[in-house]
Amino acid sequence: MSLLRTEKLHKSFGDTHAVDHVDFLVEQGEVLSLIGSNGAGKTTLVNLISGLLPPDSGKIFLQERDITFLSVYDRIKAGLARSFQLVNLFDQLTTLDNIALAIFARQEKTRQLTTLAENDDAVTHEALDVLDAFGLQNRWDMLAAGLAQGERKLLDVAVAYALRPRLLFLDEPTSGVSTRDKARIMDTITAVVRAGHITAVIIEHDMDVVFTYSDRIVVMHEGAILADGTPDAIRANDEVATTLLGKPATG
Amino acid sequence: MDILIIQLFNSLLYASILFLIAGGLSLIYGVMRIVNLAHGSLYAVGAYVAAWLVGKVAGGMPAVLLLVLLPVGALVVGVVGAVIEPTLLRPLYRRPEEYQLLVTFGLLLILEDVMRFIWGGMPLSAGVLMESLGSIRLFGSLYPTYNLIIIAVGGMAALLLWAFIYRTKFGVLLRATSQDMRMASALGVNVRRMYVQAFALGCTMAGLGGAIVVPGQTAVLGMGQDVLILAFVVVVIGGLGSLQGALIGALIVGCVRTVGIMLFPEIELALLYLIAAVVLLVRPTGLFGTQ
Amino acid sequence: MTPLVTASRTLKPLRLLLYVAPLVLLLLLVPYLMAPYQAYLLSYGLIMAIAALGFNLLMGYTGLLSFGHSAYFGVGAYTAALMVKYLHVTSMELFLVGGLLATLVVTALFGFICVRHTRIFFSILTLALSQVLWSLAYKFFWVTGGTDGLRVPTPSLLAGLVRATSLSYSGKIISYYYYVLACFLLSVALMWVIVHSPFGKALQAIRDNETRASFIGIRVQRYRWYAFMVSGLFTGLAGILWVPLNGLTTPDILWWPFSGKIVFFSILGGFRSFVGPLLGAVAFNYLETYAISATVYWQLVLGGVLVLLVLLMPTGLVGLLSRLAFVWKRAT
Repeated sequence: MSLLRTEKLHKSFGDTHAVDHVDFLVEQGEVLSLIGSNGAGKTTLVNLISGLLPPDSGKIFLQERDITFLSVYDRIKAGLARSFQLVNLFDQLTTLDNIALAIFARQEKTRQLTTLAENDDAVTHEALDVLDAFGLQNRWDMLAAGLAQGERKLLDVAVAYALRPRLLFLDEPTSGVSTRDKARIMDTITAVVRAGHITAVIIEHDMDVVFTYSDRIVVMHEGAILADGTPDAIRANDEVATTLLGKPATG
Repeated sequence: MDILIIQLFNSLLYASILFLIAGGLSLIYGVMRIVNLAHGSLYAVGAYVAAWLVGKVAGGMPAVLLLVLLPVGALVVGVVGAVIEPTLLRPLYRRPEEYQLLVTFGLLLILEDVMRFIWGGMPLSAGVLMESLGSIRLFGSLYPTYNLIIIAVGGMAALLLWAFIYRTKFGVLLRATSQDMRMASALGVNVRRMYVQAFALGCTMAGLGGAIVVPGQTAVLGMGQDVLILAFVVVVIGGLGSLQGALIGALIVGCVRTVGIMLFPEIELALLYLIAAVVLLVRPTGLFGTQ
Repeated sequence: MTPLVTASRTLKPLRLLLYVAPLVLLLLLVPYLMAPYQAYLLSYGLIMAIAALGFNLLMGYTGLLSFGHSAYFGVGAYTAALMVKYLHVTSMELFLVGGLLATLVVTALFGFICVRHTRIFFSILTLALSQVLWSLAYKFFWVTGGTDGLRVPTPSLLAGLVRATSLSYSGKIISYYYYVLACFLLSVALMWVIVHSPFGKALQAIRDNETRASFIGIRVQRYRWYAFMVSGLFTGLAGILWVPLNGLTTPDILWWPFSGKIVFFSILGGFRSFVGPLLGAVAFNYLETYAISATVYWQLVLGGVLVLLVLLMPTGLVGLLSRLAFVWKRAT
């Protein structure tokens, strides 16, 4: 049984088929990269699966449970989590608080009005562990708004990670980040994800990143899946080469 | 039957005035995304200026000519608006929109006392104008002629505005700026000037509302705050940012109020606010809202 | 690392109390240090501070600007007054129970309607709903006394331990001042805990980034509703405490410019801080009292102050004070 699968998932905006009757599959424990040119439908697919957008038709199954019409809240509780392409953080809260909030939410403690959040040592402890894993421990008391761009990207992922999800979607985790930081960020993310046995789907444009870190690559083009396979298989795929990588067709 | 006719005309009367005020509010919001809490106070300024002018000049000329003075009240308010926008509102465009509510609330307090300072606490009346025009026979009852003039002004204003916004070059630029300010600016529209002009136009409408209301109703302190709430109800129902909405909303409120006063005087006001709340629930952007 | 962090992070309420103690002591001594009139005036200030405390939970912590908080103040006040009129209640504690229950019902209803919307539409909706109440108070004069309002004689405090009849005029003022002070201190303590609780953090998350908050599993609409109710309850409490002090309640406290005043206090003090609105409410109370007695154009003064504040000092008094403190630290 796959961890996630979609069945003829479809979304159009006017005449454009952003996601065109897509059958998308994610296996437990893998790191999957979702690639394709701009407008191929990657972010829309992730938005549909995470619940930000309702589909026009089709179904989504998480471990064979139909989540097509579940609210965002229910999907999060079912084990989905995501980070965002444009960093989405709680800017007026500290780095630690950003993580702690995810933990409180996960533990359903956010209903508590009469206990002091900062005195919950167990949560603080766990939040620090998460920050440690992502290399952000020295920034624990800095407001999220004051972090450097690379650190903000890492924090964005760390917040999603702190939910201890089964399936983590990362939307362009290295975009807008300097090349030097890219490797560091991806090393950190993949190490954490593999250590935690979290299945990850990463939307990426940087081909070096994609081919270095993925177990499997899914290529999208104009709303449909063009190719699906290991990095070697994709590299050898001519169709992918022409549509995506800009290489001239052989023969 | 004649009561119904009279009430119909009263609804139109009420709607005309509300349209001018709410239309101005909606125009300003549509172009600049500003909600002006002092809009009602500007209406009051228009009323005071018009009443004062009429009071000063009356007796020196045939009363009918006093009608000319009313637009002067509107223009004064337009000028005030043209001064307010660059000084008080422009610094806030980059700030969260809550700040405009605060600054315009402060402006409301200031204007209230400015009116008190200039004209004192006594109500001002331009009733002489209304009396001089007398009444005419309308389907068997006597109806003040002046009220018909208000209705005519309201209707004309709606038409002129429509023509202005949909048939002139300025109107095209205005609509472009309201839809996409950055794009309009990139295409060469002088957005700053557009904002001042749009704001002044909206204020002029409010001022005109006050000016034409004052022969029938004395200008008193606090009239602005009363009317602002009603203007809000109109734009909530009709949709913030839509002139069509302001017109339809004004008609609806005018009718509900007239019927309400006739049949359920105690809850007439509450009914209006409730309708507004229901519309906001069902169609949060109003009947013709732009958001 | 962890022990260090948890140590510095753990809030020590007792330690905080030490900082606050001098101020509390001062407040306790006001009736002994100054004329009863000052205690009377400060009672009003503290009541408005409780109203602002409630308001700012929504504004500063949840990011929702309510322009209709006069509704909850008014519900508190009118409930007490109606309890006097129809049930001949004379106990302050019963006023509190009845008033808070009524406020809970109204905030639950209004909040449910309003939190579906955000920003300007939220503000306008809160305004419109508060005016529904105003129009009811105004029009149903045989119940509410219309513009004449309803009188509320001095109630007995502490379940009858302190009876109005057995006190002199200044005795009444001073005992009521202590009652208000106690309610104020309890409210502040309670609200402090609330904003530092996981719930309070969740509200701030919703304020900062609604999308992300929903994506960590917080039900945004529901939490906004809860915040709305808690916020309204505090402001309702202020209304209940206000009406015996004022002796009378009229539709004026439901009229929308009163909501504007509540917003004003918080901005004046600085809505991004916990104490800002408290400071602002007390300061505003003095400002208004002295402006009214100094000039008939007191609205001009208040309006001018508000405009200047917004344009020049958006972080309010607290911002100003902290900047001064910073400069002072640098200089010494």
